[in-house]
Amino acid sequence: MSGPMHFDRRHFLAGAGGALLAVPALARAATAQLPFDNGVRPLVRYPQKRALIGLTARPPQLETPFSVFREGVITPNDAFFVRYHLASLPLDVDPATYRLAIGGHVEGPLSLSLAELKRDFPSQEIVAVNQCSGNSRGLFEPRVGGGQLGNGAMGNARWRGVPLKALLDKAGVRGGALQVSFDGLDIAPSDSIPDFVKSLDIDHARDGEVLVAWSMNGEDLPFLNGFPLRLVVPGYYGTYWIKHLSEIKVLDKPFEGYWVKTAYRIPDNDCACVEPGGKPDKTRPIARLNVRSFVTSHANGDKVRAGAAVPLRGIAFDGGSGIASVGVSTDDGQNWQEARLGADLGRYSFREWQLPVSLPKGERRVKVRATSRSGEVQPLEPRWQPAGYMRNVVETVTLKVL
Amino acid sequence: MGRYFMILPLAAGALLMASNIQSKPYVLPEEKPVTLPAEPGAELTAATCAACHSLDYLTTQPRGKGAQFWKDSVAKMINVYGAPIEKTDADTIAAYLASTYGGPTQAKK
Repeated sequence: MSGPMHFDRRHFLAGAGGALLAVPALARAATAQLPFDNGVRPLVRYPQKRALIGLTARPPQLETPFSVFREGVITPNDAFFVRYHLASLPLDVDPATYRLAIGGHVEGPLSLSLAELKRDFPSQEIVAVNQCSGNSRGLFEPRVGGGQLGNGAMGNARWRGVPLKALLDKAGVRGGALQVSFDGLDIAPSDSIPDFVKSLDIDHARDGEVLVAWSMNGEDLPFLNGFPLRLVVPGYYGTYWIKHLSEIKVLDKPFEGYWVKTAYRIPDNDCACVEPGGKPDKTRPIARLNVRSFVTSHANGDKVRAGAAVPLRGIAFDGGSGIASVGVSTDDGQNWQEARLGADLGRYSFREWQLPVSLPKGERRVKVRATSRSGEVQPLEPRWQPAGYMRNVVETVTLKVL
Repeated sequence: MGRYFMILPLAAGALLMASNIQSKPYVLPEEKPVTLPAEPGAELTAATCAACHSLDYLTTQPRGKGAQFWKDSVAKMINVYGAPIEKTDADTIAAYLASTYGGPTQAKK
């Protein structure tokens, strides 16, 4: 019933009902089955969130049930996925005393309250996809270690905040600045674990699109999505979107932190891939999203009528060039029909696509393939890399045509 | 299925609430106990790993990856994240994880 991910509908309904009625016994029974081996997950409830697919509890990692993407191209805040690395969360964060520090290689370091941030700087909005680097990792073959996610570690929201450029300009970036690092209030349970700090090149940080955001779809950020401030890096994987953002530091030498220098690396070649099971000779930090598309109107195993027009619908997105076209094949990739694209919410957003198709009786495999404006096309065969990042194979949904 | 070793970790939310009287702390739901099959090494594995993260980090990993996968995982916790685990304990934990989760899923563990 839900894209490439399968739910036990009775369990899911029992879970939602159980939570509404606050009957823990029912909520406990709720599970989801992700479409790979050892893919049974509990459906879990957190404050500010609806029932989501629980990957881990400490720190919390929650996946969006794929059926949510059928609701529209904006992902609701209460369904947006959650990914932390370090187990100590700033649960008692107080917006009244919160400060954002901007320092390092600048003329005049700043320490800003939320009120100052909202009052003293221009704010702007952008609709952008946040996707976990390891979204869909559970579907890698051969399997790789790490968070075993289905396709729900992504979401699309309207973010509002101050352009990072305005903050850097106010602080006055000094000559010779190379990079900017970002730290949040979530910390490790042990000093020996590297703090989660990420960096961007100075030109990227000053591109006017990277935001220090306080609002998501017109509301305060949910706590688990970074309240009260998070970095929004349009077109880049979620690893850069630092939550509970507290410190911005301009650097006059390359950032050497673990989470950029050692972790979140991809093969340094055109496809960011290696032979399945292989190891890359050289790596680089993960960066922009590659192009992807999904069917959201139908899920594997759905039954549809022969002859009648089946209203296929879905989403497509890429790392910021925008979607040029979406093709749909109902004959295993022999022929592709071009779908009609929906409203354009900006080049970083999910783009809806629609196509009514007529199908003959039997089991029919529907494939969807997006092409970006920069000319990138989804591959028909999955690419592989050891960390399980950047899956973007053409997706297939099998329908039973009666 | 026999006996299971269970561990009930601290409720982080409750701890922070007790030490802080600020307006609206976010309260995480209580961490549900994760059961590890009771074979030699289960108790040590649960207690050691749960010091830093919930045990679903172990149980959700792909099956059938063999002993080296789990040896490497334990080594990463020690060498990269500085987990204070003695060599003999590390060997016991890696062996437990390999025998419990290193094989294919049909073992129903």
